[in-house]
Amino acid sequence: MAKVLVVTSGKGGVGKTTTTAALGAALAQSGQSVVVVDFDVGLRNLDLVMGAERRVVFDLINVVQGVAKLPQALIRDKRLESLWLLPASQTRDKDALTDEGVGRVIDELRSRFDWILCDSPAGIERGATLAMRYADEAIIVTNPEVSSVRDSDRIIGMLDSKTVRAERGERVEKHILITRYDPGRAARGEMLNIDDILEILATPLLGIIPESQDVLKASNVGTPVTLNNAESAPARAYVDASRRLMGEEVAMTVPAERKGFMNRLLGRRAA
Amino acid sequence: MSMRLLRLFGGRTATAPVARERLQILLSHERGLLGQSDLLVTLREEILAVVSKHIQLDPDKVMVKLERGKSVSTLEVDIEVPNNFDNKALGERRMAG
Repeated sequence: MAKVLVVTSGKGGVGKTTTTAALGAALAQSGQSVVVVDFDVGLRNLDLVMGAERRVVFDLINVVQGVAKLPQALIRDKRLESLWLLPASQTRDKDALTDEGVGRVIDELRSRFDWILCDSPAGIERGATLAMRYADEAIIVTNPEVSSVRDSDRIIGMLDSKTVRAERGERVEKHILITRYDPGRAARGEMLNIDDILEILATPLLGIIPESQDVLKASNVGTPVTLNNAESAPARAYVDASRRLMGEEVAMTVPAERKGFMNRLLGRRAA
Repeated sequence: MSMRLLRLFGGRTATAPVARERLQILLSHERGLLGQSDLLVTLREEILAVVSKHIQLDPDKVMVKLERGKSVSTLEVDIEVPNNFDNKALGERRMAG
């Protein structure tokens, strides 16, 4: 049965788009049919991170408004047969998406795919509410940083009240994904640790993505990080997270600090 | 032990515990506020509806305040009644009812 999953956060720049692309690719690689949908109307970045920016002709708004049919707007990934993208539009009209129209598109996607991953815009405005509206599950992307955790708390409140499931008295299954985790800084007590975040947000953990240059390298070349360098630490963490989404039991690996002898002696990391 | 050594060498202090504490205080406050505002809006509307059945009211002159104390919480309702408020009409209605 098709699952609608929203990737959301309160604060911007925490890694929602990277996460949508990486998890979408990881799910598709394990044989699931996946569509990633960009809900960030006006900003639109998922196509860029997926490396499909030059292939966008029609977008989500065109489909919602009936200008284009869904198959005309769907872009198949160049690398993976079962991975598709429904891009967002650059329009500045924030009200171009309607609740009813989004509902219709999600319904149509449900009949075609196993997974529908919705990349939400940041914040608590209408765009974010629409992206989560029809979700069965939610991934709240959080950095180990006070403002990010605080905003995640607001988003969790919205998931529990503003979604169709919540209004029907059902649950949206929620997961926390911690990104940009720096084990060295956490060990030195300079960064909120995982237990603190989970305790404060009272939501189960889906995965921990270590801070890594591989994430930037992958987005530079427009390839989901799980495809760009499958052996890298963030790629492996995303693959583990995708397996947990599919219901597998995968042991949680907390990224460990790698330090050289000199660094240890000096008590700091090399720049 | 290693933490202490690091602090000795680097002169750094662990700020994460402070962050954790600040967040816990802030969020418990915000969660309370958010829950409260919904309740207050509902109370305000319903009280207004009941009172306006009998008295003409200016909706802006109704104030509902909820204060949460440790052992006792108070609900304060302040309704400004217009000067030409018809006492007699209300009395008659009461007699009839």
